[in-house]
Amino acid sequence: MSREAILGAIRRGLRRGPLPADQAAMLAARLERHPRHVLPARSRVPRAEQLALFVRNVEKEFGSVERVPDAASVPAAVAEYLAAQNLPARLVRAPHPELDALPWSDRPMLQVEARAARADDAVSVQHAFAAVAETGTLMLPSAPTRPTTLNLLPDTAIVVLRASRVVGAYEEAWDLLRAEQRDPRSGGFMPRNVMLVTGPSRSADIEQTLELGAHGPRRLHVVLIDDDPAALPAAAAAAPDAAAPPGGPAMPAMRDATTRHSTEAAGSAPNEG
Amino acid sequence: MRARARPWRPGFGPGEGSRYISSTPRGARPPPEPIALPQLTSPAFKENAARALADASLQKALSGSRGAFLARRQAAVAALPEFERLREIGRDIKNHTLAHLDFYLEAYAAKVEAAGGTVHWCSTAEDARAAVLEICRRVGARTVTKGKSMISEELGLNEHLEAHGITPVETDLGEYILQLRDEPPSHIIAPAFHLNREDWEASFRASHTDLPRDRVFRERRDILTEARTRLRERFLAADVGITGANFLIAETGSSVIVTNEGNGDLTQTLPRVHIVLASIEKVVPTLEDCCALLRLLARSATGQDFSVYTTFSTGARRAGDLDGPEEYHVVLLDNGRSNMIGTEFQEMLRCIRCGACMNHCPVYGVVGGHAYGWVYPGPMGAVLTPSLVGVDKTGHLPNASTFCGRCEAVCPVKIPLPKMMRHWREREFERHLTPPAARSSLRLWAWFAKRPGAYHAATRMAIGALSLLGRGKGAFRSLPLARGWTKGRDLPAPEPGGTFMARYAKAQRERRV
Repeated sequence: MSREAILGAIRRGLRRGPLPADQAAMLAARLERHPRHVLPARSRVPRAEQLALFVRNVEKEFGSVERVPDAASVPAAVAEYLAAQNLPARLVRAPHPELDALPWSDRPMLQVEARAARADDAVSVQHAFAAVAETGTLMLPSAPTRPTTLNLLPDTAIVVLRASRVVGAYEEAWDLLRAEQRDPRSGGFMPRNVMLVTGPSRSADIEQTLELGAHGPRRLHVVLIDDDPAALPAAAAAAPDAAAPPGGPAMPAMRDATTRHSTEAAGSAPNEG
Repeated sequence: MRARARPWRPGFGPGEGSRYISSTPRGARPPPEPIALPQLTSPAFKENAARALADASLQKALSGSRGAFLARRQAAVAALPEFERLREIGRDIKNHTLAHLDFYLEAYAAKVEAAGGTVHWCSTAEDARAAVLEICRRVGARTVTKGKSMISEELGLNEHLEAHGITPVETDLGEYILQLRDEPPSHIIAPAFHLNREDWEASFRASHTDLPRDRVFRERRDILTEARTRLRERFLAADVGITGANFLIAETGSSVIVTNEGNGDLTQTLPRVHIVLASIEKVVPTLEDCCALLRLLARSATGQDFSVYTTFSTGARRAGDLDGPEEYHVVLLDNGRSNMIGTEFQEMLRCIRCGACMNHCPVYGVVGGHAYGWVYPGPMGAVLTPSLVGVDKTGHLPNASTFCGRCEAVCPVKIPLPKMMRHWREREFERHLTPPAARSSLRLWAWFAKRPGAYHAATRMAIGALSLLGRGKGAFRSLPLARGWTKGRDLPAPEPGGTFMARYAKAQRERRV
């Protein structure tokens, strides 16, 4: 049997048999603890700067960001973006409770369907679980309420993200997933698929020169809901407490900021069975 | 359209694969498996290299592409002050995992199964090809879309599937054009590194014969749009999607792919079945370990801070999901890697396949990837290929280096590539694989090296003569008694002023005065 042959060959190379129980327990404990390594200093900054870094990084990677004051402003922002890009006022969106709750009827000219994407859909609106400032990366875990095809098939991908869900480093986004997500199948927290998306699709396969719009979306537009007072552009000046750099890798100050809205998020994005 | 002869063909000898295409009715028992000896041309490295140097179109492509990667990597590394620290962390994570590889593979497999996936443990390339074929047959697959995977090249998987009546469709843009041209990749992350825009246009014109004659492919955008349109249809029609894996995560049972185009994600999301091809050394313990390595990977590879799509896949579609595959399989391949553990080549298993070593290699930079004659080119290939297929079959690969050390200096997990090439050279010498002329020259050199007086006298004379002969020339294209050596390279003419030892002694004397 190949499994035993491969494990046997590895053990022969390591000059030992199967790991003794105490060593195996130590390794299992490390998997449980999943210790962090060094986090980039650029991500360890006050909330307002973190948000600014996120926006800057999305734009650096050829995406675009529009900040809106509240959730109610999202349909108007989407409709105006489509008009400005000369795109038809028709879109398919994630059947996510937070997107269900948006006042789409304020924009009666906008045709909205909630479902997975099909090949001929031109525009999608996805719900972001979280985002990472260090590289301007969106975290999009699959769920019945967050179909993966929305991230891939349409030419224009719009993602709705709450500022309170922007964290500094990837590790913090994984911790949100660990805390808030239960997968009924495995009993763990990983859904079938988690996409970390940084900018629109591209290829450099032709003469190593970048060209946007390979197989995925040509445009990636983030509508950022400013629901975190500490993260507003003016917050650094207005609220010195919130702007103080949090100390240590555990980042207590920022945890507070990111979990403030987690009751809402935990209730709205389960991977229901 | 075949601009050049196919430099090597994985898995099968030339023509062997096609023998089976028409003769196998679907579902019938296959004819006996062809012998799985990869069709290497590595022993002909010198001839391959000479051909590459004379290939004007290849030289144009190589010189055009090289600079871009280097400058982008440098900028991305400079913007992350933690990069050097992360290289050490990356090295340590990989060393820790390799020292407990049996534990982490079993932990990983248990998690895959808990998430409803299946792990197929495969000792050899034949086992892996059989596992993939069996899955494809069971679900009645006619076409298979593929994300970029070097393991697939190692297996000769496309040839195997075609031989059994299943059509593989490469969807990475670079791999797509290579499939049209029937060429293997020449770079592990930029498969079409050796092609110019004109080659793309010519291949598209030759293959997409339904195109209007006046369709322009002058711009890169036109080429990309054409490929996107063609491949959309294939994505939607495929029964099975096959991807590689950059990492496997023991903590969660996830496989990770890192791409820019989105083709890997479409490949694994749309068909009913997703098959992951991964080799055993791809496993890392936790998401945190993976994050540390991800911070190194894109910066070292393309000079991006992060690739566009970094996707973690764990099992098949869950109840209630509106999309995603119904089956999730991992073909876990050994193919000689476990034999490297406990040897001086174990450190090679840290490799995360970024391609930085080849991007920075002066030899790769002028001969390109095909000259190396098998799946893995450049310095990492010069070490890995002899490990996987045997040093007796790979000829000059460990010698395809100037030992300048740039590969080791840029390696994100600090693999001592020059040291390992030196180990292979030692093994070649021990096993009498080195040509007789080289062996006797080395023996002669060893005789002098053990006798400092004779050595200094001889080198003084040789350097004096060469610098007289070479005055004003800069380098010798050819030298009597050393034609074998100068056939493949120029010998720089020594500067006047004597040997290094003589100049050093002189400088010391002057300092004392």
